[in-house]
Amino acid sequence: METPAPPPRLQLTQITKRYPSVVANDGVSLTVQPGEIHAVLGENGAGKSTLMKIIYGAVKPDAGEVRFNGAPVTIKNPQEARQLGISMVFQHFSLFDTLTVAENVWLGLGRELSLPQVTARIEAKASAFGLPIDPERPVHTLSVGERQRVEIIRSLLTEPQLLILDEPTSVLTPQAVETLFVTLRQLRDQGCSILYISHKLNEIRALCNACTVLRGGRMTGVVDPRAESNASLSRLMIGAEPPALTHRAAQVGAVVLRVADLRLLKDDQFGVDLNGVSFAVRAGEVVGIAGVSGNGQQELLRALSGEDARAAPAAVRIAATDSGGLGPRQRRRLGLHFVPEERLGRGAVPPHSLAENLLLTRTEALAPGRISGGWIRTAVLRRQALSIIARFAVKAGGPGAAAKSLSGGNLQKFIVGREIDANPKLLIVAQPTWGVDVGAASQIRGEILALRDAGCAVLVVSEELDELFEICDRLHVIAKGAMSPSVPVAEATVTQIGEWMSGLWPDRATTTTTTTTTATTEAAHAQA
Amino acid sequence: MLKLEARAAPSVAMSLASPLVALALTIAVAALLCLALGKDPVRGLQIFLFEPWNGIRAITELLLKASPLILIAVGLAACYRSNVWNIGAEGQFLMGAVFAGGLAMWLTMNQIKLGPWGFMPLAMLAGAAGGAVWAAVTAFLRDRFNANEILVSLMLVYVANFILSYLVFGPWKDPAGFNFPQTVSFEVGIPKLVTGFRLNWGIVVALLAAGLMWVFLFRTYRGYQLQVGGLAAQAARYAGFSARRALWTVLLLSGALAGVAGGLDVTGPSGQLTPHLSVGYGFTAIIVAFVGRLHPLGCVLAALLLSMFLIGGELAQSRIGLPSALSGVFQGVLLFALLACDTLVHSRVRWVGWKPKAGTVAA
Amino acid sequence: MSEQLALLIAATLAAGTPIAIAGLGLVINEKAGVVNLGAEGMMLIAAVAGFAMAFKTGNPWIGFAAGMLGGALAAMVFGLLAIWLNTNQFATGLAISLFGGGLSAFVGVEFVGKQLSQGQRFAVPFLSDIPLVGTALFRQHPMVYIAIALTASLAWFFYRTRAGLVVRAVGENPESAHALGYPVRLIRLAAVMAGGALCGLAGAYLSVVYTPLWVEGMVAGRGWIALALTVFATWRPARVLLGAYLFGGVTILQLFLQGMGVQVPAQFMSMLPYLATIVVLVLISRDPAWIRLNMPASIGKPFYP
Repeated sequence: METPAPPPRLQLTQITKRYPSVVANDGVSLTVQPGEIHAVLGENGAGKSTLMKIIYGAVKPDAGEVRFNGAPVTIKNPQEARQLGISMVFQHFSLFDTLTVAENVWLGLGRELSLPQVTARIEAKASAFGLPIDPERPVHTLSVGERQRVEIIRSLLTEPQLLILDEPTSVLTPQAVETLFVTLRQLRDQGCSILYISHKLNEIRALCNACTVLRGGRMTGVVDPRAESNASLSRLMIGAEPPALTHRAAQVGAVVLRVADLRLLKDDQFGVDLNGVSFAVRAGEVVGIAGVSGNGQQELLRALSGEDARAAPAAVRIAATDSGGLGPRQRRRLGLHFVPEERLGRGAVPPHSLAENLLLTRTEALAPGRISGGWIRTAVLRRQALSIIARFAVKAGGPGAAAKSLSGGNLQKFIVGREIDANPKLLIVAQPTWGVDVGAASQIRGEILALRDAGCAVLVVSEELDELFEICDRLHVIAKGAMSPSVPVAEATVTQIGEWMSGLWPDRATTTTTTTTTATTEAAHAQA
Repeated sequence: MLKLEARAAPSVAMSLASPLVALALTIAVAALLCLALGKDPVRGLQIFLFEPWNGIRAITELLLKASPLILIAVGLAACYRSNVWNIGAEGQFLMGAVFAGGLAMWLTMNQIKLGPWGFMPLAMLAGAAGGAVWAAVTAFLRDRFNANEILVSLMLVYVANFILSYLVFGPWKDPAGFNFPQTVSFEVGIPKLVTGFRLNWGIVVALLAAGLMWVFLFRTYRGYQLQVGGLAAQAARYAGFSARRALWTVLLLSGALAGVAGGLDVTGPSGQLTPHLSVGYGFTAIIVAFVGRLHPLGCVLAALLLSMFLIGGELAQSRIGLPSALSGVFQGVLLFALLACDTLVHSRVRWVGWKPKAGTVAA
Repeated sequence: MSEQLALLIAATLAAGTPIAIAGLGLVINEKAGVVNLGAEGMMLIAAVAGFAMAFKTGNPWIGFAAGMLGGALAAMVFGLLAIWLNTNQFATGLAISLFGGGLSAFVGVEFVGKQLSQGQRFAVPFLSDIPLVGTALFRQHPMVYIAIALTASLAWFFYRTRAGLVVRAVGENPESAHALGYPVRLIRLAAVMAGGALCGLAGAYLSVVYTPLWVEGMVAGRGWIALALTVFATWRPARVLLGAYLFGGVTILQLFLQGMGVQVPAQFMSMLPYLATIVVLVLISRDPAWIRLNMPASIGKPFYP
């Protein structure tokens, strides 16, 4: 007992935080030692984010104690957290698009430095950690990975003793994840503690030496992830083994969607140009499009859904009809249904009831009327909503419940259900399970596969490689507004797709060869 | 310390109660103001709250003032629900009055006799055309050039005022009017609802318009599309509802309704065009629309309330010598109080004790 | 003729000054992400408050101070509602405008028909003696020069100081600013009140110096024109000043032409400033991408911490 062990870097005891409708943290305790990478694992809605906000001073807990380096502390706001030596890299970056890198970093530091001093420090830190960045560039010209680099540099410049990273890999290619891990290990070796928030089991097992698991706001275990398997971690996280999907071989039919040399100039300063995108989706198959966000997915989806109808008519053919110039309603009549990434505000009107939200894409409850555009039969609408709620097991207060009152998973089930219930010929889904709990996610994936088996053509755009590998038959990758050739999932590897996500795929010499290659691959696949 | 907390679902009770709470607050402010000005607050409140309802004559006058407010406000409600910020209803009202007044003047000058029932539809049509044309300028500039509709529609109020003033000072001036800036007195008019009083069939038109607007907004697909566009523009784009169509629909509709109000007002109680035709109906109607919760039937009740304030202001001047501008103050206070009370629909106030300590407070 | 031109320029600067000051105030609001449609109402309240104080004390500077206070208080009401209670910014601003109209008419009743002495001019030493140029530029009320100084200092504040950067950051992305620990709502309230104070100064200048008397509704849409000006100037202080002089020029030109007896009805001449506002809005708004590039990104959107 002569030399007492140093106190834990951070110790949370019995932290509780209640919101009007939910208890986000219920008696959670967490201990992080100096120089350790500690994972906080939990699925969406388990209370990870709230816990981190409490540590960072952005949210005040209702009860519990926080100790930092052994001393009890009350962290009132993020400045106090920074003064203690706690720094945070946010999942949705807290950057200002129109300001430069240096200005952004400056705003995150104290006021004692001048802008030129900050610029010099950025350059010093960048070279020390091998994170090249130009301090003078406006942030909106940076890629997502570069933006994360800015966030990390900003955090490192506060010389933190504890660095919190919230789902840092969701925006990175597999190769970039490796680079990030190198930086984090370097930081750990210098004595900095790291709190690593994630729901990705492989990453946690590769990087972290301790792991606290949360489920439904409560702690379900503290383990050494290196000694655990994915299955055992998953049991702690969701209380069960991950449900397995039954994936039958595809029965591929005729081409339902053909995109040929689709070119579109961005209509927004922060957007991406589409440079001759070509691909096809056949009845009875699920085609996935992988890629780091911000590489043209949004633009492509708008051009496919008809929200952006500037494309050449023949560039988008739906059910053998030139559709490039058609609006969303006309494309829906051709059998295209679309589930957008943003649920509240795009896929659904937040304050409207579920029944009213049906009318966004469904017109069965309308009685004809010329001037009125159709008379709304409220009873029919209600019944229709009830049947979708029942069929897709949506947990909601009935057809009259406001869309914004539903949890993310249940609203997604309702929106996916609304589109599947329309018996589409072609279903396009963006980020089908983003921010959705595991149960709802597996249900949604199951529904998508069932639709495929019933002969629908399905296109899935996602940033989650695991998900794409699980449900797709073929994969494309989109990078910098261009589309890779397709590869059957059975032949694809994570490494290969990861390389493609940086835009490095073979046969990129000219668009025409790409098109022919795609066509050949598809033909080969169709015969298989 | 009091703390605002988001409610899980908006409170229905509060959304009905909040206009009443706002009204109570306004009355309290009014009473205090009377005290501050050295007047008897009971007498003051009696003038504002009771006298406008006292007797058949008072009630018909109240309804007469409420008619244009209802007509304009239900149009504005459709606009604001669609996130189109038409605040130039005053200009559309004036142009409706100019068109209908011009028609009435022409009929009078040419000695064309039309019964009130023959003239009323014509006056309404002319008024609607005037208001719609004026609103169409805003719609066109917004649609074609993306010019902000708030500023354009408001600038057009000033322009409409100058046009009216030009006409009554210039070419339309009554030659036998001792050089007063006014047109001839019209020999055509709007049929009276109750004989012996100024109240005319305009109130029936207004109530009908409110009913039809309710059906349009809540029972037709077009009305639904407008509201989706107002609540979530991205969702409207996703669904394929045209934002341009919504813009034109609500601006033409609200312009026409304001124009009808102007037409009925100038050919009804006014009976001639003068430079001071409007008492600010177009602006008061903005308050009516909000106090009525952008709901057509709410607008009817709110119009009665605001018309009570307008009449109360006039009475306060003649009876106890308070400036009639007082009613403008009350209108503003009412709107502030309502906006503040509306917070309670979506959040609740909770007592959280004195000086909460973060991190270590026992629950 | 050139003497007349010099007078015309001098009058243009004087007429543009209140619009410039109000426009600069609104730029402060909007840089922080808040749109206050109450400019007209704040100016009216300030005009009557400024006139009352100047009339009672005989000191125009006390009038200006009273106007700034009135504008800032009205802006505070707006700020508490729109920033803390998250009421709709458009509706709340409109409420300020309507309330300001009513309140100023109510308070101003006793000042109708009263007149202040002509405000003193400040002749810049030496420069004001230059023929023509001196008349045109250097014999103005001090407020004209203050407006120019204000423009320069605001440009410096926004683009050369850390505090200005923080305000811009709040207007750009309040969520991020909050995450970094900046008190977003306090910063917005401060910006709104500073904007209100400047609108108030503009209103007081109108009633104390420009006319100088109180008439109901005397701001006559200048608050709305100043709002249009912020868009026209793409939120840059120097362009606000230039734009304000442009509007001042239109106002003066039509008075000038009416004075010369040009055969156009007076009402059509009086419409010119309002029509000019519409034309300018149309010209500047045609390219939405250009507006979006320069517009503070969170403008008009509520922020929930």
